[in-house]
Amino acid sequence: MPAVQETIDQVRSIDVDQYKYGFETEVEMEKAPKGLSEDVIRFISAKKGEPEWMLQWRLDAYKRWLTMREPNWARVSYDKVDYNDIYYYAAPKKNPAPKSLDEVDPEILKTYEKLGIPLREQEILAGVEPQNRVAVDAVFDSVSVATTFKEELKKAGVIFMPISEAIREYPDLVKQYLGSVVPVTDNFFATLNSAVFTDGSFVYIPPGVRCPMELSTYFRINEKNTGQFERTLIIADKGSYVSYLEGCTAPKRDENQLHAAVVELIALDDAEIKYSTVQNWYPGDSEGRGGIYNFVTKRGDCRGKNSVITWTQVETGSAITWKYPSCILRGDNSRGEFYSIAVSNGKQQVDSGTKMIHLGKNTTSRIISKGIAAGKSDNTYRGLVSAHRKATGARNFTNCDSLLIGNECGAHTVPYIESKNATAVFEHEATTSKISEDQMFYCQQRGLSEEEATALIVNGFVKDVLQQLPMEFAVEAQKLISISLEGSVG
Amino acid sequence: MLEIKNLVVQIEDKRILNGLNLTVNNGEVAAIMGPNGSGKSTLSYVIAGKEDYEVLDGEILLDGQNVLEMEPDARAAAGIFLAFQYPLEIPGVASMTFLKAALNAQRKARGEDELTTPDFIKRVNAAATQLEIPKDMLKRALNVGFSGGEKKRMEILQMALLQPTFCILDETDSGLDIDALRIVSEGVNALRSPDRSFLVITHYQRLLNHIVPDTVHVMSAGRIVKSGGKELALELEANGYADYRESEAA
Ligand SMILES: Nc1ncnc2c1ncn2[C@@H]1O[C@H](COP(=O)(O)OP(=O)(O)OP(=O)(O)O)[C@@H](O)[C@H]1O
Ligand SMILES: [Mg+2]
Repeated sequence: MPAVQETIDQVRSIDVDQYKYGFETEVEMEKAPKGLSEDVIRFISAKKGEPEWMLQWRLDAYKRWLTMREPNWARVSYDKVDYNDIYYYAAPKKNPAPKSLDEVDPEILKTYEKLGIPLREQEILAGVEPQNRVAVDAVFDSVSVATTFKEELKKAGVIFMPISEAIREYPDLVKQYLGSVVPVTDNFFATLNSAVFTDGSFVYIPPGVRCPMELSTYFRINEKNTGQFERTLIIADKGSYVSYLEGCTAPKRDENQLHAAVVELIALDDAEIKYSTVQNWYPGDSEGRGGIYNFVTKRGDCRGKNSVITWTQVETGSAITWKYPSCILRGDNSRGEFYSIAVSNGKQQVDSGTKMIHLGKNTTSRIISKGIAAGKSDNTYRGLVSAHRKATGARNFTNCDSLLIGNECGAHTVPYIESKNATAVFEHEATTSKISEDQMFYCQQRGLSEEEATALIVNGFVKDVLQQLPMEFAVEAQKLISISLEGSVG
Repeated sequence: MLEIKNLVVQIEDKRILNGLNLTVNNGEVAAIMGPNGSGKSTLSYVIAGKEDYEVLDGEILLDGQNVLEMEPDARAAAGIFLAFQYPLEIPGVASMTFLKAALNAQRKARGEDELTTPDFIKRVNAAATQLEIPKDMLKRALNVGFSGGEKKRMEILQMALLQPTFCILDETDSGLDIDALRIVSEGVNALRSPDRSFLVITHYQRLLNHIVPDTVHVMSAGRIVKSGGKELALELEANGYADYRESEAA
């Protein structure tokens, strides 16, 4: 059919990506020697001024990692990563640990300006309702360059700071919780991260406190041949609440770059954590050159009774995505939620989903996943729902929908269900659809261009998930999805 | 004014329109009747610009402008509207959102300003009230789960909102109950004006009692085989298409 043919041609002809964040910043960087060794780990630990126990923790992880193999079960294929051809630490030479924004390299400030990430509190305050403010931790390659609203948050008892700082200032908290959700030995990439992690955010919300503003971290990879290994740890103590946003971008480059993060969430009794991600790492060009390898371990532990953890993700970037934000529903009556939009275009490969591990009684979980594949991309949802022997009354509802744009992409759904408790009730729905030519024609007959029609239909498709995002973020995400799909129709 | 001259169209090597000629003047309501499979819907799709059809010969001019060279959305902006025989569903997109996107896309294409939200809502509400469409329906995803008759009403609502100059109604009456037929017809009649014309495709005289046509054309085997005034429809109702089917063989 002509329309389909045209779509294919159009997709074939995308030569330059629509990626808007692909610029590079010129800053002088200090790097660890290339490659991975005990010495490099000691170098990182020394740069961060870490106590001895932290160094030991890293070295143990490294020893373990040397015995591990890269996983190959995901539906992705890529050239082998040479782990000795990567820089594991890169920090701005001028003042790697600025005390205030005035000390931050102006080039870096400009970078965040260009990315639309406000770092000056006064600017954020102007014209924004207090309850709509967002505190930002800005991580540039291996270090945090700025954290806003720290003082004000401190007044509420909230700790929000780079994890490298928390290791020095709150060693007991960090020791107690770090690696308690994602053990050092969890998987190849998590173990690597444990050995070499450089920065990320640390959040602690004290009992009964509702965090007075949204917290967010913005990750930027800038330096060439450098991996980013961030580590985020969020603890919501009894009866507290926090909403946390994560964003990320990287310059366009021909080589692939590795991003292997670990995020751990802990919700104690009656606490709630909402964790939202807009992942927009550089996806590579239409030929599949370059782009970020996004191999990430994200896990939340509903450790206390009645606790709630919600993961919401909008994934548009990365050449390869390997990511399964999960919930361990340990506390009785705890609830886990996973809302995901994964968009792939060009030659992107996405293998993403979630795990809901029901351990406690009357635990509930909900999974809504929307995969959109265009171009020659591959988009897989992989999800596990399991109920432990003791998880009486566990309930899950899963809905996985895939939308295909064009004829050369693929969508796959791989659900695993394991129930060891007869009272568990798991429901699973899945659909795969295509934007039909008749739908397109109908929209065009009403005056919409093919691109407008696609955007409208896609927005309808992802609506249930977009509604889960904080308002401002939802608008951003909507734009991002349209941009990612630009050029996927004729 | 819409002029169709010697239109020859095929799909997948099957000839469907065979040298069709038809002129609809400004302000005119033209009815097309004809047996199943004679090519009525095909004609409406070709006018609106659906891709699958191969135009082998002939032309379609809207106020002298060659329509066949335009994309479907450009034709819509130029004033062509098709109320579908089978309206499509758009899951997750509220009818209201769809209407606004469509109206603003057309306005943009014509170089007009976007409507403000209050202005837009005023217009939609007025049209919905006239067509007795409950407001709740406008919040639902477009056509999803709508009954056959509700879908047809929604088509006319869109027409009323978009204010096209050349309106094609493809069997809008099928699926409408007696009251709905009256309401929809009144909606259409309210839009009749000296600078707007209609092509009304139907199988039944009863619609033409409500929307009284200026001309009636009989289509058979991809051609207009007879044209006349409104009385032609009554004649067809009485005698069927037997006479015209013979002309197919001829
Ligand atoms: N994609 C297609 N492939 C082959 N034949 C087609 C295709 N689309 C339409 N046709 C044929 O073209 C002919 C005309 O169809 P069309 O829908 O225009 O008829 P119609 O006059 O609208 O009929 P009805 O009164 O039943 O609505 C029919 O024989 C139909 O089967
Ligand atoms: Mg028809």
